Amino acid sequence: MMEQLAKAWQDVLNKRGFEYGLPSDVSTHGFAIDNLITTLHYFMALLFVGWGIYLVYCLVRFREREGHTADVAPQHFSLPKYLEIGVVIFEACLLVFFSYPVWAKLKTDFPDRETSLVVRITAEQFAWNIHYPGKDGKFGKTNIDLIDGTNPVGLDREDPNGKDDIVSINQFNVPVGKPVIVELGAKDVIHGFFLPNARVKHDAIPGMVFPLWFETKETGKFEIACAQLCGVGHYRMKGYFNVLTQEEYDNWILEEEEALKEEGA
Amino acid sequence: MSHHEMPFWKKYIFSTDHKVIGLQYGITATFFLLFGFFLMILMRWQLAYPGVEIPLIGKALTETGALTPELYNALGAMHGTIMIFLGVVPMGVGAFGNYLVPLQVGACDMAFPKLNMMSYWVYFVGGVIMMMSFLMPGGAAASGWTSYPPLSVISNNAQTVWLLSMVFLITSSLLGSVNTIVTAIQLRAKGLNFMRWPIHVWAQVTTAFLLLLAFPPLEGAAILQLADRVFGSSFFLPSGLVVSGEKLGVAGGGNPLLWQHLFWFLAHPEVYVLILPAVGVVCEIVTTNCRKPFYGYKTMVYSILFLGFMSFVVWAHHMFMTGMGVTLSSFFQATTMIISIPSVIILTTILLTLWGASIRFTVPMLFAMAFLPMFAIGGLTGLPLGLTASDIHLHDTYYVIGHFHYVVAPGTLFALMGGVYYWYPKFSGRHMNEFLGKLHFWVSFVAINFVFMPMFLMGSKGVSRRMYDQTQYSYGASTQSWNVVMSTAAFVLLLAQIPFIWNMFTAWKTGKKVQNDNPWEATTLEWAASSPPPHENFPTPVEVYRNPYSYSATTRKVLPQFIPQEG
Amino acid sequence: MAVHIPYIDKPNPVTGVTNAKLGIWLFLASEVMLFGALFSALITLRLGVSDWPHGYDVLNVPLATVNTVVLIFSSVTVVMAWAALKMHNLKQFKTYMSLTLLMSFIFLGIKAVEYGKKFSHGISPATSNFYAIYFVITGLHGLHILGGIIVNAYLLGPGSHMWKSEPERFTGRIECAGLYWHFVDLVWIFLFPILYLL
Repeated sequence: MMEQLAKAWQDVLNKRGFEYGLPSDVSTHGFAIDNLITTLHYFMALLFVGWGIYLVYCLVRFREREGHTADVAPQHFSLPKYLEIGVVIFEACLLVFFSYPVWAKLKTDFPDRETSLVVRITAEQFAWNIHYPGKDGKFGKTNIDLIDGTNPVGLDREDPNGKDDIVSINQFNVPVGKPVIVELGAKDVIHGFFLPNARVKHDAIPGMVFPLWFETKETGKFEIACAQLCGVGHYRMKGYFNVLTQEEYDNWILEEEEALKEEGA
Repeated sequence: MSHHEMPFWKKYIFSTDHKVIGLQYGITATFFLLFGFFLMILMRWQLAYPGVEIPLIGKALTETGALTPELYNALGAMHGTIMIFLGVVPMGVGAFGNYLVPLQVGACDMAFPKLNMMSYWVYFVGGVIMMMSFLMPGGAAASGWTSYPPLSVISNNAQTVWLLSMVFLITSSLLGSVNTIVTAIQLRAKGLNFMRWPIHVWAQVTTAFLLLLAFPPLEGAAILQLADRVFGSSFFLPSGLVVSGEKLGVAGGGNPLLWQHLFWFLAHPEVYVLILPAVGVVCEIVTTNCRKPFYGYKTMVYSILFLGFMSFVVWAHHMFMTGMGVTLSSFFQATTMIISIPSVIILTTILLTLWGASIRFTVPMLFAMAFLPMFAIGGLTGLPLGLTASDIHLHDTYYVIGHFHYVVAPGTLFALMGGVYYWYPKFSGRHMNEFLGKLHFWVSFVAINFVFMPMFLMGSKGVSRRMYDQTQYSYGASTQSWNVVMSTAAFVLLLAQIPFIWNMFTAWKTGKKVQNDNPWEATTLEWAASSPPPHENFPTPVEVYRNPYSYSATTRKVLPQFIPQEG
Repeated sequence: MAVHIPYIDKPNPVTGVTNAKLGIWLFLASEVMLFGALFSALITLRLGVSDWPHGYDVLNVPLATVNTVVLIFSSVTVVMAWAALKMHNLKQFKTYMSLTLLMSFIFLGIKAVEYGKKFSHGISPATSNFYAIYFVITGLHGLHILGGIIVNAYLLGPGSHMWKSEPERFTGRIECAGLYWHFVDLVWIFLFPILYLL
């Protein structure tokens, strides 16, 4: 016990584990989100520092002391009104020029399914099942009666479209530079599908399927986190989000298909 | 029979006197606040030192002495529930509302004294039931204070207890809010028209309306969830659920988002239920300690009303990540931006009151002054969460936790603590010790910022909330040392409450006696009664002659509402 | 010991109402929100599935129609009871109040028959969400009826002693009880077509 405490404090004293700021971003849409967050924080800092300076100034200048009495005459200030209007206009601009377009793009401007990688991600306590359609690009039928330990999404291997489907658990591999469409669902409770490094987050809600899309611009190995409390294992519902080169990705698909054939034989 | 001849149990336990009930609320809520805080200390130990045995008491809680994920989730859910429904609301609305609203409108008691007693006892029973859930096999409810189904429906039995307790707490709030509104409107003293109400009364009445209209949908939702759990219905369970590899044997066809809509329809106004009484308290403290009229009384009143109204149409900004389309999210983003306007106005009005003042740095004033920047941080950090684009990254991270804790802890709780120092002479006829008060303030002020400020830094890195051990993730590990700092600060914050509690109890008998009934030279009606006020508050009916917060233009002296003439 | 709270028997000259009347209106406002939430839950659930049954296919419409008439009649009698007090006729008040109570018991009796039939067919809230919301809303409404019965029975029995000492206050109480009763009636008027006829 003392060792762990000592280690924790060693980190504190060595200033390790004090990182802050947005994580690295490999998505093509992330800069818009990051821009908005940064702009907003400058704006917030400006307001806060303005208020703060004013507050401290008042506290010092108008402190109770000998020979100072309060001015009780009715007051009227018009500057705050203009500042207020300024704040309103700024907020309206944020809304119209920063937030609405990003959201509209993410919600409605989906890439072409033909040229994108389409995957189904089904969350469960406490894992991410990632279902790739395989070479034919078509998902096999799924049926909840088929769900068992080896078949987490209930894929029907008898279905011709399902023969080449790949189901990977907690390993989400995508090729860099190709749009990815995720059809997000859940089996049991609400989970939160979160790719911090791709600025993707969406609740996975049982009984519903939500399409999301993103596109990557750099390779790297990252994590999938669960953002929504989903039970005792919420904290360890970790997946891996690997952005591979097209070649690495193709090799991985080949390997998986080999494994499928062996299983079948 | 006069009040003094009543037996002890009737005078202090089953009392119908709003002042006794107010104090009962205050003491019970203080207990729950400390208890909820203590739960958080256990959790903070786990967060700072994952899997390490908790010193002294760990072995009593679990076999290994360290928190288990089950227990961590239960503590998290109970911390939220206790702090909000059993701590802050009963403190702000129950204690301050009950004690002060009748006094500030010049009434002899609440309009329905027996109902008032009943709301306290229903609240008390609800609290006891909530506490009992810790004794349930499998531990207390562990689905977060938001209790999202399906998780809450398929979780342990304590969730049923949680729902039952909520039904009691909601009923208590409903009874209380009817009482507050009727008292404030009907029992006003002669001459006290609405635009002469102290801001605190406006805040309490608006709060009561929010409780009255927003709580019933949660009560309905709680009934539906109870039905799901007890009678096997599937209001919140869609078809085709597979839990741990087994098909769930329910009819299905329900909708998990239905709960979220009903829940947030309450829980967003609830935020304003938490903050408005605090705003009212701060306004009273600020004007009294500035020795000048309040700047923009009418603006303030309209802002509070507008805030109350708008709080009903922003709820879905908690649900941007649940598949919301463009139209709906645009609407809720816009309303969220609009609701920030009255908040900014409220803050600005209080700040402008300081201009030209003669500021007395009493302990309550220190708390009120700390409230302003802390509430500002809480409010400002709401902006990135209210815009969908930035919310994508920050939603459900520690950023959210930091945001609402800044509103509720160094915001509301600081204001309410200031309120305790400010009205203590009214409650008891004695002042609280000033040195202990300043010690309490400064240590708390520094510590609380070290608890909550790092949350924004962690959240921006993407650390999810409600995590038993964030070092499971690489970005969690890279921010882990913040947790050590925050937990240490939280412990210091706990220690800083000792002088406060000590002060509160000892000053009752040994504090400095008040010089007169109006020791702060305030303007509102509660100071017309003696300190402490007698059973019926005002032996002779009071009359109101002017607006609150008035000062003589010639002598610059204070002109309380209840004094007929200048001079 | 009793505190002298003003406006418990006479209305406040400024607001024009007594404390109790304002209180009951506020309480009813919150009740509207409660039932409103449940009705919107019903709508959401219904829109979410394709196989929502028609109420008239699975529920007993004739019995519910009788119940509707019974409730409307009881609303009339409760007003008559109040009017009787206004004319200082306690005896007449008691007759009308007893009639109201009788109607409420008939309502609950018919409801019990309906429930019993469903249970005997093995139908419960677990059967489907239609039945679940049916049982929850009608059950909650039934509880409201039961609450009304308790209040009305008290006012008819021991509560009526107040008539001798404070007649105005007692009349006010009957008026409030009546307002509540109208509300419970009104909920049924909404509930009947939505659950049984659509």
